[in-house]
Amino acid sequence: MAVHVNKRLCKGCGLCMTVCPKNVYELSDEVNQKGFAVISAVRASDCIKCKRCEINCPDMALWIEDDETSSKEESAR
Amino acid sequence: MSVSTMPEKGNPLLKYMRQDKLPHFFCPGCGCGQVVSAFLRAVEALKLDLGTMVGIGGVGCTARIPVYLHMDCLHGVHGRTLAWATGIKLHKPDTKVVVFAGDGDAMSIGGNHFIHAARRNLDVTFIVVNNFNFAMTGGQVAPMTPGGAVTMTTPYGSSEPPFDLCAMAVTSGATYVARTLTSNPAQMTSYIKTALDHKGFSVVEILSQCPTHFGRYALGSGSPKNLVTWIKDHTVPLTAADKMKAEELEGKYRTGEFIKTERPVFMGSTVCSAPCAEKEGKA
Ligand SMILES: Cc1ncc(C[n+]2csc(CCOP(=O)(O)OP(=O)(O)O)c2C)c(N)n1
Ligand code: SF4
Repeated sequence: MAVHVNKRLCKGCGLCMTVCPKNVYELSDEVNQKGFAVISAVRASDCIKCKRCEINCPDMALWIEDDETSSKEESAR
Repeated sequence: MSVSTMPEKGNPLLKYMRQDKLPHFFCPGCGCGQVVSAFLRAVEALKLDLGTMVGIGGVGCTARIPVYLHMDCLHGVHGRTLAWATGIKLHKPDTKVVVFAGDGDAMSIGGNHFIHAARRNLDVTFIVVNNFNFAMTGGQVAPMTPGGAVTMTTPYGSSEPPFDLCAMAVTSGATYVARTLTSNPAQMTSYIKTALDHKGFSVVEILSQCPTHFGRYALGSGSPKNLVTWIKDHTVPLTAADKMKAEELEGKYRTGEFIKTERPVFMGSTVCSAPCAEKEGKA
């Protein structure tokens, strides 16, 4: 599953939500140091590692780790 | 390659970025960030050493791309990117030079440099991010704004026809020309890869979303998703376009590779390719 969200880099544009076939992401209420409401991988366990989010993210905020099963969200601040 | 701060754990492309400059200044959902990733994936696939390459940007949102990359960078002279690139290539012909230009940088103030670089077949990769407007200055009409589009300076819709950059590049003599869009990252990476590997003037036009200005003015929506969809709906792959009528292609952008050929590259006042220089014992 290993969905890594770097909330320091995320700007909450939501493009990951539009490309994810498994609806893993949702916009959260959490705001980062730049004032952006960031996304959260609320259904990380549904991830099928297609990496469409990672490849489409304009901010390099996402990373799907191949050989890892836990998921991790960096702190927003 | 010099890497100052490695990420503890994160997107592997971050190792090519100047991380102390992140997050980059592009607006949420801007296509410029996707172009950066596609470029870096191409660099990775070709195993290029970014540290030996030169990235050039003029002025504009797109032009800021090389500022964030671990490569030598020139930034800040609007439209004169190819003049800089010419100087570098004449002094150090083996240096790989990549220019990141907005549509204004490339076709408005830099238009003349562009056609002559193509005519000379300057050995440079020219990546044009076409976001259909002058984005950094607030979304004014630009030479690649589609006809009829509302922008900051055309409240009743633009009455000018836009340039077709790829057609212009081909007729001016560029030896690799392709058009793609940000919502097709695999194609974007593949074309940039071919361009970086190409000897001669290689042009990749990327149709990209500027949700902040073009999206809000022309579509009445600042949502990156809506603009990405609009761009997708206005593109036709070359293979499909060949079978379509002229009316059907009205207002559509053809995507694909328009030309891939070889001819001598610009080496100075006398055009001389590597083989001819060798023959004369000058290589
Ligand atoms: C010589 C000069 N003329 C005008 C400007 C003002 N200016 C700054 S950015 C820009 C346009 C940028 O548009 P584009 O090249 O399409 O890049 P984008 O921001 O859309 O990526 C202009 C006209 C300038 N900086 N320098
Ligand atoms: S103004 Fe437009 S092109 Fe510039 S960073 Fe924002 S979305 Fe991108």
